[in-house]
Amino acid sequence: MLQLSKEDLVKAYTQMRTIRDFEERVHDEFAGGEIPGFVHLYAGEEASAVGVCMNLNDKDNIASTHRGHGHCIAKGCDVKGMMQEIYGRSGGLCGGKGGSMHIADLSKGMMGANGIVGGGPPLICGAALTAKTLGTGAVAVAFVGDGGSNQGTTLESYNLAKVWNLPAIFVVEDNGYAESTASAWSVGGGSQVKRAEAFGMEGFEVDGHDFFAVYEAARDVIAKARDGGGPSLLHVKLNRYFGHFEGDAMTYRGDGEVDGLRQKRDSLVIFRERVAETGLLESAELDEIDKSVAGLVDEAVSESVAAPPPTREDLTTDVYVSY
Amino acid sequence: MPKKSFRQAINEALAMEMRRDPTVILMGEDVAGGMGAAGEDDAWGGPLGVTKGLMPEFGRDRILDTPISESAFIGAAAGAAATGLRPVAELMFVDFLGVCLDQIYNQAGKFRYMFGGKAVTPLVVRTMYGAGFRAASQHSQCLYPVFTHMPGLKVVIPSSAYEAKGLLTQAIRDDDPVIFFEHKVMYDDEEEVPDEAYTIPFGEANLTREGDDVTIVAIGRMVQFANQVADKLEGEGIGCTVVDPRTTSPLDEETIIECVEETGRLVIVDEASPRCNIATDISALVSEQAFSALKAPIRMVTPPHTPVPFAAELEDLYIPSPERIEEAVRSVMGAQA
Repeated sequence: MLQLSKEDLVKAYTQMRTIRDFEERVHDEFAGGEIPGFVHLYAGEEASAVGVCMNLNDKDNIASTHRGHGHCIAKGCDVKGMMQEIYGRSGGLCGGKGGSMHIADLSKGMMGANGIVGGGPPLICGAALTAKTLGTGAVAVAFVGDGGSNQGTTLESYNLAKVWNLPAIFVVEDNGYAESTASAWSVGGGSQVKRAEAFGMEGFEVDGHDFFAVYEAARDVIAKARDGGGPSLLHVKLNRYFGHFEGDAMTYRGDGEVDGLRQKRDSLVIFRERVAETGLLESAELDEIDKSVAGLVDEAVSESVAAPPPTREDLTTDVYVSY
Repeated sequence: MPKKSFRQAINEALAMEMRRDPTVILMGEDVAGGMGAAGEDDAWGGPLGVTKGLMPEFGRDRILDTPISESAFIGAAAGAAATGLRPVAELMFVDFLGVCLDQIYNQAGKFRYMFGGKAVTPLVVRTMYGAGFRAASQHSQCLYPVFTHMPGLKVVIPSSAYEAKGLLTQAIRDDDPVIFFEHKVMYDDEEEVPDEAYTIPFGEANLTREGDDVTIVAIGRMVQFANQVADKLEGEGIGCTVVDPRTTSPLDEETIIECVEETGRLVIVDEASPRCNIATDISALVSEQAFSALKAPIRMVTPPHTPVPFAAELEDLYIPSPERIEEAVRSVMGAQA
């Protein structure tokens, strides 16, 4: 923590708070019937995206998952553009053609949330290959869930990243459930770290509620990758506060499970406690951030509601079209 | 002009584009000739020798052997394309699309549209297709209709060495993902191919024969069979126009419609399985846009709806033959074969 400046701490907290508020608000608006389609929320997992992405710059690429809003915000995507995209507006980051599961901004190194479980790791091998071939010094990070950790694409990517010695990092965000199926049951062998080691990569298990733990683990494996040391894996253990998708009745979760997590495993509360110990940030400063983020999310929603949808002409642009 | 094989033409296009543009890289199984093996590098030039000589010239950083992991390396090619390289990935046989399709159609093919026009994915997937090699069911399919069905992909099927060099050069320079089909029995076919680089634009059909009576639209290797039939029937006074669409996506609809309007008769030759293939697609197009010009029902010459068989006797029956094309042309002319 000592290596983080006050500015860094403000940035980290602001992003985590933005993710939390964004997701809570999308949850409410979705319940109110304002948001179309499938939405998968990241609330509860903030420390992972922010802890990793605080070590990255715009030249570094990430690939995300169904649950991509947090990664987008942490990688610097415009929050209002994201909200408009989720509302399907022409002013959205993808012009309303992508939606929640496909938000991307390549200028920020965000290669897309992904509607296909395990879709991202091969793409990240490619982004890492670009960095290696062009000598840019960049790295590439694949976020993948515990569900995605069982896809062949993910395991093939571990192997490819290793044999090509790519500057790639695989971050397995294990929130305990692939949809409703427990990772404790579905992950054969039980250990993501051992899987990494089987491919000749270093792997580390990290508490995904603790920003500082994620930040430090990510810092080390990213620095190693930048120096030509090849790929690594982080197994980030965390929890999601909402269902797999919005509308999920979460019948598979235990009684009081989510309430207990919100009380005891809240990455924002843990962050506040940790910075209070250092005296680097006053509680009042953090309260100010909370207020400013709430205002931003309010504006993002009201602007999205008022924004125009795409037009008929937009249907057939940005792709080759024949009858 | 020097004569070159289909194989040489492809090799030359790859080498020339790699010299021209340092962001062009090549990856695939054995393309560098056997990474990590004890014997000689590049000795066999990869599957069917197409990439021979490239690794010694461009080095291991640009000619990348891969593990047998099509999902990972085709996806890596897509990711590299979206972040600044122009990868040419070799999917050894198109039959292997079953182990990497997601990365082609759900990822690479959709980036540009799904991300609101802000992504370019200049990826080329070169792949071998087609029957005639006694390679049996899992190494002989055509499958280009599958890719043609998918928005966002461009599908290129050269019919000769000259066409292959120009179309592959265009494919590498194109900003969209391109699936480039090489018929495995055509690699030794020779014709005159210029030494210099040239491009052939996508979506512009080529008329390889011109005649007044029947339009034959043929795909890939079938263009050669159609030409043979056209040459034979010309002597009997039956004039055939042979249309090589070159690319099935984009498809040059205009030229096909114009030719049918001129001849009034249409035979379509497609080596792909008959349901939902390019022949049915073009048949639907002509039925909708040039029905009144037709003097006879459209004939489609295709294989039967079976897997590709192994035994030579069966495979020869499977592949659309010049004889079957000739019979179809005679039938639309109202004559019996």
